[in-house]
Order: sequence, then C-alpha cells, then structure tokens
Amino acid sequence: MIARAIGSDRRTMLWLGLIALAAGLLLPHVVYIGLATDIVIWALFAAAFDMLLGYTGLLSFGHAMFWGGASYVTGLLILRAHWTFVPAVLAGVVGAVAMAALVGAVSIRRQGIYFAMITLAFGQMLYFLTNQFGEWTGGQDGLQGVPRPVVFGHMTLENDQVFYYLVLALTALSIVFMRRVVTSPFGQVLGAIRENEPRAMSLGYRANVYKLVAFIISAAFAGLAGSLFVIAHRFTSLDTLDWHTSGQVVIMTLLGGMGTLFGPLFGAAFYLVINDRLSTLANASNPLLAQFGHSPGLVLGVIFIVVVSVFRRGIVGELLNALRR
Amino acid sequence: MTPSYLALQIFNGLVSGAFYALLSLGLSIIFGMMRIVNFAHGAFYMLGAFGAYLAAQWLGLSFWWALLLVPLAVGLLGIIAERTLIRRLMPLDPLYNLLLTFGIALVIEDFMKIFFGTQGTPYAIPAGLMGAVNLGITAYPLYRLVLVAIATLACIAVWFAIEKTPLGAKIRAATENPTLTQAFGIDVSTLTTLTYGFGVALAGLAGVLAAPTTNVTPVMGSDIIITTFAVVVIGGMGSIKGSIITGFLVGVIAALGAVIYPPIANTLIFLLMAIVLLIRPTGLFGQPEATAR
Repeated sequence: MIARAIGSDRRTMLWLGLIALAAGLLLPHVVYIGLATDIVIWALFAAAFDMLLGYTGLLSFGHAMFWGGASYVTGLLILRAHWTFVPAVLAGVVGAVAMAALVGAVSIRRQGIYFAMITLAFGQMLYFLTNQFGEWTGGQDGLQGVPRPVVFGHMTLENDQVFYYLVLALTALSIVFMRRVVTSPFGQVLGAIRENEPRAMSLGYRANVYKLVAFIISAAFAGLAGSLFVIAHRFTSLDTLDWHTSGQVVIMTLLGGMGTLFGPLFGAAFYLVINDRLSTLANASNPLLAQFGHSPGLVLGVIFIVVVSVFRRGIVGELLNALRR
Repeated sequence: MTPSYLALQIFNGLVSGAFYALLSLGLSIIFGMMRIVNFAHGAFYMLGAFGAYLAAQWLGLSFWWALLLVPLAVGLLGIIAERTLIRRLMPLDPLYNLLLTFGIALVIEDFMKIFFGTQGTPYAIPAGLMGAVNLGITAYPLYRLVLVAIATLACIAVWFAIEKTPLGAKIRAATENPTLTQAFGIDVSTLTTLTYGFGVALAGLAGVLAAPTTNVTPVMGSDIIITTFAVVVIGGMGSIKGSIITGFLVGVIAALGAVIYPPIANTLIFLLMAIVLLIRPTGLFGQPEATAR
C-alpha cells in the first residue's frame, strides 16, 4: 500500500476545507491574478489526482493526457465552433472521461509500478498523436488566441477577477463532491482495495470495476481543470500533454500530502509560488543565474526528493500528524 | 517501396532497437534485483552522452576511451545515488523509489540544462568510422553498423555474465530469494549496490553510443525513457533474454511500421503495448504478477 489516508475525521477536514476556502478568497490580494488563477486550477488538478493516488492507491503517471486532452477539446470548440463556457467545459470533461475509460480498460488490471508505466506510455502516445495531427491541433504551436467564452447567455469572462472567482467556485464544488465520493460507501471500498486488494476481492468486491470508476472520476476533474486552464491562458500547447506535466501533479500532491485531499491544494500553491519566484531570475544578467531560473526542476526536484525520502506525509500530512500528538 | 529502402529501414530499426535493448536490459537487471523501476535511467543515459562529449572537450579523450571510461563514471554516480538515497526507501512500497528516481531524473536534467542550455551540441563521429559501406542491397553509415555490433556484443556479454558465471549465479540467487542468499554468507547489500551501478552503467554505455548519432542535449534522456518503458511493458519486466530480444524486435517493427504508414512511426510502439496488454498482460516474456509485491 502506498498511503494511508490520515486526518479523515470530519472536524479536521471541515477546518482544512474552511482554511483552503479562505486562502482561495484572499489569494488574489496576495499574488497577481494570473498566478492566483493558476494556483486554483492546479489545486483542482492535484486534488483529482490525489483521489486516485491517496484514496485508491493507484499511481497514474499519465494524468497529463486528461488535463491536456480536455484543454485541447475545450480550446478547439471555443476557437473553431464558438461554443459558450458551460458546453465547452463539459465537452472537455466528457473527452477526459472517454479517454480514461479507454486507457483504464486496458491498464487497470496491472498494479503498482506497471500501472504507472502504462499510463505514462499512453500519455506520451496522446502527445505524439496531438503533434501528428497538426492541421487540427496546431502541432508545435498549440492553440493560440482562444477567446474567453461567454457564460450564462451573455456574461463575458474577459475580466480576470470575475473569471478567478468562477474558477474558485467550480474548484470548491468539485472538492466537496470528491470529498463526498471518498467518504461514501464507494470510497470505503476504494480504501479497502488500497489497503488489501486480494482481501477486498475475497469479500466479493470487483476491485477492477471500483478502480476503473475511481480512475474515470479522477480523470473527469483533471479534465475540468484542463478545460479551465485553456480558458484562463487563452491558449494551450503540447506542454500540457508532456509527461513532465504528469510529473508536476505528482510532485504537487506529494508535496502537500497525499491522501488528505486538501494537502494537494497547498502543494500546488507551494509549487507554483516557488516556480514563479524562480522564473523572475530568468531575466537576470548573469547567464547561469538566468538559466537557473529557466530550470525550476533543480530546486523543486531537490525539495521533492527530500519529501519522498523524509517527509512522506507531505506538508499538510506532517502538520496534521504533529497536531495530533 | 524498393528492397533497398526496406533494408535501410530494417537497419534503422536495429539502431533504435540497440538503444531500447541496452536501456531495457539495465532496467530489467535493476528491477530483477531490487523490484524498483529506475525512472532516472534516461538521465543516466543522457549523462553518458555528455560524458563522451566532455571527455573529448576537456581531456581530449577519443570515442573509444569514452566508451570504456564513461560507463564506469556513470555507474559510480549510480552507486552513490543507491547508497545515499534509493537504499533508504527499499523497505517501502516500490512506488516510492519510482517517485524518488523521478525526482533524481528531474534534478540531473535541470542541472545539465543550467550549464548546457537546451539546444545541445554535436559530437563528432569517431575518426575511421565515418562514411558509408555498400552492403550490396543498400549503403549504410559505418558508424551505425559498428554501434549495433557493439550493443549486441554488450548484450550478449551481460547475458553470459548473469547466466553462466559464479557472480551471475549469486545475483540470480539474490534476485530469487535475498534472505536465503544472505544466510549463505553472500553480501546481498553490496551486490545490490553493484547491480544498480551496473544497470546504470549500461545506460551510460548507450549514451556514449548515442552521442555521435544525435545532438547531445539535457532532454535526450526524457525523450527515450518513456519509449523504453513501453518496450519493457511489451517484453515483461525482469527477463534478461526477453528485454534484449524485445528491444531489437520493437525497434525493427516500429521502423517497418513507418514504411507502411509514416505518420504512425511514433505511436506504433504504444499501440503495440496496448495490444500486448490486452492479449498477454504480463508481457511477452513476463512472469505472472505474484512476485511483484
């Protein structure tokens, strides 16, 4: 088993949720709006990922395919077919669900490291395919100039502040829903499968079906995050499908604390703020320092290595553990 | 499609197959002994290529000296990583070491990016191996033929060392049952470290061989590692012979697929993986999953 869900008692979770929500409301006053929006969108992605890793025990190394895939579906529909917000985002989610059903059907029978390698390979396959069909997807250029769609009939999302709070609301609702899923009887079975799969199966649970459903739900929210990402940035590119993006969400989740659902939110914030600080170095006059700013993987990789080696509960997990003593 | 074009593609397939074989062989040896997937394998491959480049730039060493010395240096780095980091996580779920080695790969790649940028630098084809040979049916670059020969020899040597020598017998015993092997007075701990170093050295060797064929860049490792993972899934983890055969086979099949339908070149290996998973989930040469804790 890779993780034990900790701090799952109701009161702690309620407090964590309120702290996260308060942080979300204050965020645009602390950092610039673009970074704030990125943090909330990535937080949703990381929470969706944690539902799979922390609560089901499946390490997917191909989640970029849902994030990136949905960003392309939504981006194309807005750019080429002028779809409005709700249908375009829903289509992105449906696209992610369809991909998850397909990939999950092939890979869900394999466990642990095999599942990680197989999802990684399928993610890379989508990367190559997207690059291949350049006349639709823009190839190396990606989709440029995706306009902000209208929502609720006539309301435009051109205002970044308005868009931020819409993203925050959607993320909060998604996390409430995911929290319901992991605390439901269905979620309890997922936990049983994570702790001891043969035993859960001997009790009559069809483990593969449960895991596949969890995989699809996780992909759906990763897709929602990806759809919001393309609208936020007004473009998407092959980077969203790169396996480093899958790795990025893995890092955020472990940094924040897997199996806590709220931990990854803070992990995403931590990651993106460090990334943002480092990228300011990219304009430095010293070429080595500038290149250092372009290579955040060095600092973030070292932090990740320390977390995996020593603080495996992550930031929030370690804090909860310290409070409990 | 002319026969000479077909032959050319088969040779191209053997060249990429040589890299898949060397890399998946190293991954398999490490997996067999330690039950971990070495995500940093691509990074060590990249270090091998840079090792050859830097040996030429700083020390003026020829390709042949690099071929001998760089894998040793890369293997030494692997030993350090195993002793300081990987070893600590061995008692845990193997997924933690997958994550750790992913972190190591990230650090190595971005460290190299800081000093060498992302553009990369060419590495000259060794003197005496330039030009092409006429093979009757097609002409083919001499260096690439030598590359395939060296990789094949290295694969056979590794297979021989593990299957037929006393040291290989100890490694196989430790793979099968580490506790019992330890009880027989064999130092399994040192053996594990050496095995990791050796697997990584093979990646370094592949990197040196790759240097003259491509631009030496910090991202060359992350480009090849995912494809190698797909090859490993197709072949099944842990089989020495299996990973060598699958490596070359997949290289040739992918190259031939590109002849029939060019756009499929990059995706064919992953399609192949999906098909193998549906028909034989444990891979062509793999054992049932019971041993994978």
